[in-house]
Amino acid sequence: MAAIDIAGVSKIYTGGVEAVKSVSIDIADGEFIVLVGPSGCGKSTLLRMVAGLETISKGNVTIGTRLVNDVDPAERDIAMVFQNYALYPHMTVYENLAYGLRNRGTPKAEIDARVAEAARMLEIEPYLDRKPRALSGGQRQRVAMGRAIVRKPAAFLFDEPLSNLDAKLRVSMRGEIKRLQKRLGTTSLYVTHDQLEAMTLADRLVVLNGGRIEQIGRPLEVYHAPASTFVASFIGSPAMNLLKGVLEGGRLHLGTHAIDLDYPAPTRGPVTVGLRAEDLRPASAGEQALLFRVDYVEELGAQRLVHGAVEDQPLTVALPPETPLASELAIAIPMDRLHFFSAENGKRLQRRGETDRTAMAVPARPQAVNLESVS
Amino acid sequence: MHRTRFFDHVILLIGVFIMVAPVVVAFMTSTHEAADIHRNGLSLTWGGHFAETYETVLTREGGFTGKVTGFNMMLNSMILGLGFAVGKIVLSMLAAYAIVYFRFPLASLFFWVIFTTLLLPLEVRILPSYEVMNALKLTNTYTGLIVPLLASATGTFYFRQFFKSVPDELLEAARIDGAGPFKFFIDVLVPLSRTMMAAIFIIMFVYGWNQYLWPTLMTTDEGFFTLVRGIKQILLVWVGSNIPDYNEAFALAILAMLPPVMIVVIFQRWFIKGLTESDK
Ligand SMILES: Nc1ncnc2c1ncn2[C@@H]1O[C@H](COP(=O)(O)OP(=O)(O)O)[C@@H](O)[C@H]1O
Ligand SMILES: [Mg+2]
Repeated sequence: MAAIDIAGVSKIYTGGVEAVKSVSIDIADGEFIVLVGPSGCGKSTLLRMVAGLETISKGNVTIGTRLVNDVDPAERDIAMVFQNYALYPHMTVYENLAYGLRNRGTPKAEIDARVAEAARMLEIEPYLDRKPRALSGGQRQRVAMGRAIVRKPAAFLFDEPLSNLDAKLRVSMRGEIKRLQKRLGTTSLYVTHDQLEAMTLADRLVVLNGGRIEQIGRPLEVYHAPASTFVASFIGSPAMNLLKGVLEGGRLHLGTHAIDLDYPAPTRGPVTVGLRAEDLRPASAGEQALLFRVDYVEELGAQRLVHGAVEDQPLTVALPPETPLASELAIAIPMDRLHFFSAENGKRLQRRGETDRTAMAVPARPQAVNLESVS
Repeated sequence: MHRTRFFDHVILLIGVFIMVAPVVVAFMTSTHEAADIHRNGLSLTWGGHFAETYETVLTREGGFTGKVTGFNMMLNSMILGLGFAVGKIVLSMLAAYAIVYFRFPLASLFFWVIFTTLLLPLEVRILPSYEVMNALKLTNTYTGLIVPLLASATGTFYFRQFFKSVPDELLEAARIDGAGPFKFFIDVLVPLSRTMMAAIFIIMFVYGWNQYLWPTLMTTDEGFFTLVRGIKQILLVWVGSNIPDYNEAFALAILAMLPPVMIVVIFQRWFIKGLTESDK
């Protein structure tokens, strides 16, 4: 176990593509960090630089106290789980788990013990003599996890390990990865393009966009206070509604609607206003409201997603399933849940006196989570 | 699946007949006495002289030196076939490994140099090759027989295609697992290539076994004669003043066919796997 320090790391591929642009992340010992972003944003590249599978063009990666820029992957004391599992097809499950240990000259008795322990933890004992071909996707995924665990590395690196599984299995494996990580307390760096996976797994998540960090923070921090319109639309499902508006004289103008703010406006002039679908509800009489024209409804069971528009700006509202629907609805403005972003660069505009609603939700130190409650 | 019908079987039977009939005729004829063959021509019946003829062919010492036996020639063919097939596999796997997994200066130049050897089979460069072997004093040696045949890129290409189909993550997993280039090759690539190796082994063994022109050129010492070239040689020598030993020629032809057939029969399961399914 060790902390990982990624300091000003860039990757320029031959041909000049700058896939990662001066990224710095300070990962505490035992922390579960998720790198999340759309496909092609450089997540894998960054992970592979930490693994040593890709050279570091600029910056430093430190694992523990050791600068590892020029250290072989095998010497970095990390283990990696790949999206396609990358199990050795001609070796049995046992041999797959033992291979890395054998190469390090671990005594046979200890290999046996470690493989047995990992197999028990992952419930793959019945398959130890099978070839990967004879396993289901979920079982292969477990074996891939096992191969990482037996090594007892300083850090786990995951590159979209659940992407090849069906939805149901993905949810259960997600829980299992989290549980194992808490139990072993191994520092983890996890790459995914799935925001839900990121939210549920991360102690802290790192949102990447075009090779740059958009935001680092605890999941609820990022959810409640996205640092930019990019993060706002990427984290959370359905995506946050982003509307064009104008702030003037303490009022927010959305098209022809004018809303009186009960706090000082963070700026004046054009802004992007963020509204989470789940923060919206039908207005009661006399409340300030937006006139919402309904286009169509998605029934999710627990809630219904109503898609429509406020004048010419699209809006999605999440309503309880029993809410009566009409072709037009008055939607209340949740004054304290408005997000403001700069119209020019999409950066968040912090309101003065904005309460940090994330502070109470998550314990300050992620490691302080009671292990019993998660395992 | 298509359900086989009577007509399909007829077509298959015709195919089998065309393929097998000449071999059966040759085998049956070889069990007759030379005089009978001379009188009656080819035969489809059992002649009853199987044991004598084949024993004679395998063990009678002949040739100018009176030392060459059929068995001896068979051994030479086997050495050529095996040496060629094994050498080819080792060489082409290593070459393909270098091409696919290593970035080295002028890599693409080397690649094309190897590629052009496809245009230069031994028959095209046979005189220069002979000159070189002669200068190296390698005529009438197994080395001289095998090595010049190895220099062609066919195997390298099969393996290159195969290695390219192996997922990169396997190499990366192995690197993290502490396997260097050599270990990765031996522990991962070679076992993964088993079916491919079997397929190439068959093709190359048969190719080596059936070589005629190069062994004829390279070997003047009868001790190095191969079976394929020996059939003719033995006929020439053994043709008496009266009747040629047809039965022995046929027997030798049958013997020359046997090892390639056996190799194919033994390896065919892997052969088909190697050419059709990738084991990943
Ligand atoms: N070996 C490579 N050579 C050149 N460009 C690459 C290479 N690998 C990835 N890239 C580019 O770098 C960018 C980031 O890729 P990647 O890290 O794989 O993204 P992600 O994992 O977030 O989907 C992409 O634009 C991709 O095209
Ligand atoms: Mg990726």
